[in-house]
Amino acid sequence: MSLIESTQRYFHAHVRARIAVLLSAPVAWLGVLYIGSLAALFITSIWKIDTFTSKVVREFTLSNFIDVLTDKAYFNVTVRTVGVAIAVTIICAIIAIPMAFFIARVAKPQSRPVLIALVITPLWASYLVKIYAWRTMMAPDSGFLNWLISPLGLSSPGFGMVAVIIGLSYLWLPYMVLPIYAGMEKLPDSIIDASADLGAKPGRTFLKVILPLTWPAIIAGSLFTFSLSLGDYITVQILGGTFQMLGNVVYQNFALNLPFAAAVALIPVIVMIIYLASVRKTGALDNL
Amino acid sequence: MKISLSRKSAIAIAAGALLLSGCSSSGDDSTSGAYAGPVGDTPGTINVLAWPGYAEDGSTDPAVDWVTPFETETGCTVNVKTYGTSDEAVQLMQSGGYDVVSASGDASLRLIFGEDLQPVNLDLIPNYVDVFDNLKDRPWNTIEGVNYGVPHGRGANVLQYTISKVKPAPDSWSVVWEPNSPLKGKITAYDSAIYIADAAVYLMSTKPELGITDPYALDSTQFEAAMELLKQQKPLVAEYWGDYTKYVAAVQAGSIVAGTSWQVIANVLNGEKATVGAVKPKEGATGWSDTWMISKNTESIDCAYKWLNWIVSPATNAQAAEYFGEAPANSKACALTASKTHCESYHADETEYWSDVYYWKTPTEACLDGRTDVKCIPYAEWVKAWSSFRNS
Repeated sequence: MSLIESTQRYFHAHVRARIAVLLSAPVAWLGVLYIGSLAALFITSIWKIDTFTSKVVREFTLSNFIDVLTDKAYFNVTVRTVGVAIAVTIICAIIAIPMAFFIARVAKPQSRPVLIALVITPLWASYLVKIYAWRTMMAPDSGFLNWLISPLGLSSPGFGMVAVIIGLSYLWLPYMVLPIYAGMEKLPDSIIDASADLGAKPGRTFLKVILPLTWPAIIAGSLFTFSLSLGDYITVQILGGTFQMLGNVVYQNFALNLPFAAAVALIPVIVMIIYLASVRKTGALDNL
Repeated sequence: MKISLSRKSAIAIAAGALLLSGCSSSGDDSTSGAYAGPVGDTPGTINVLAWPGYAEDGSTDPAVDWVTPFETETGCTVNVKTYGTSDEAVQLMQSGGYDVVSASGDASLRLIFGEDLQPVNLDLIPNYVDVFDNLKDRPWNTIEGVNYGVPHGRGANVLQYTISKVKPAPDSWSVVWEPNSPLKGKITAYDSAIYIADAAVYLMSTKPELGITDPYALDSTQFEAAMELLKQQKPLVAEYWGDYTKYVAAVQAGSIVAGTSWQVIANVLNGEKATVGAVKPKEGATGWSDTWMISKNTESIDCAYKWLNWIVSPATNAQAAEYFGEAPANSKACALTASKTHCESYHADETEYWSDVYYWKTPTEACLDGRTDVKCIPYAEWVKAWSSFRNS
């Protein structure tokens, strides 16, 4: 009897062993790499550093949290970051809802795959290439955007918060379109027909029937755009000028004060937990 | 036959090295923990952590390459990783995996005291004898008589300006600090806590009543004044830079027209035609004096020593210093630069020129300027203040 055969026999006979082996990889991924790294992050944040060499000293301290909580700059940067994430989410939703509605309910069924493919095309290009393209477009004085709107007497906002919001909205739009599309496609035609039969005009049907029914899908999309914006620092570096977000604080400090950077990195984790808890009831998590 | 020949030559080299170290031995190398030698011919790979422009392997410009000849000559393979700030260098060295590093004075001490480096036995580096005397045994490369590396070169952080946009050519840092600067919104500054020292240098001449004598030794009043100046500057700043390629692109696009820079950035920008000027303003400037150092954990000690000897050799040092735009450390390099006036224009051996260039150092609580009646702000506080300032 060969080794393969005997192994097969063993797993055929032992159900628990089979499950254990099948689950070991995902459990290792989730437990060690994901939960483990979060735990490491938390533990690092309660350590000290040697102030001269910047090396981590494994002694307990709460000073990192005190620094984060007492310095107004970090409160402000948290507010700014959450603000940008909310703005990006709203902009993405405003653009994505009509797009998804058109693809799911207006366009011919045979053209839907093409339209969906077009929505996700930007994801095929490198993140950096796209952001550097936006940098060229947003450049003050010489950029494309400035050229475009200068006849109207306006000038490009240049690098800063506005540029970051535009850049992030562009980057994360597909992540908003796809769940909303999936949600709208699931809607049975009969509900919309019923609304029309009862005398509702298309606008009313959209606001009172379609939007409430796809709300969980919109929230599901917002989870992506919100969390991706919350943690981003590269777009901010390239488009932000002197503007900074939480990710940049982490990036700036991880070299010299890793525990402090870890403490700051917990802020977006906490914000996300609050956000997830507050949207749990909408059923959005079933739409992911 | 071949094998025995190469073995013979290895023995000859080893014997030569032994002889050399025997001749000029300072005697305490064995106690310092430095490699006793000899430098053999073991082939290996070294990971080099360097400032941009210090270890060019032809990937920036095919004509600029002093890594490949080293590889051909020694059989060592070299991987180069560049970094943008001293803080990044310290972090990368601490994370391990690098064999040699070019460290400025604000990184070198942190690395030495962090026990990331090994002492260097200078007797095994024949080219060291030609290094300018005023770069030898300095506080940023030598601790209590133990040497930790070979000097590479030095320079000042210059004020760079776009010639067509900034007229007349500035000779003072005031264009980047004063709120009424005509260049408002098109200024750049260096994105590192060490930039606080640049503010201090400006205050040394504009507010002499603060009594700053060393921009890295700031008591709390002086430090507050420097931070105030930075806050005053912030509205003028378009972007803070830490990545020099992004800096180059921003100058080319015209979104930045003036700010602190390195000569190498100006040289890259002036590659085709002169578009930017670079001066050391009348107030003086911060600067750097860099040292090549060896990681404590290197597995290619032979290649590491050969690299140090190679990089400080007259020919390589001339190439590297000329490419980066700084004063070479090797006195014989001056005869080998392509531009015969290089050492003159970079003041390689003029003590006077360097008197108002303040080399990067790591600030400590014990004031570096010798004051004992006050406590100075240590670098960790600089970093905190900088982080808070950048995010306020």
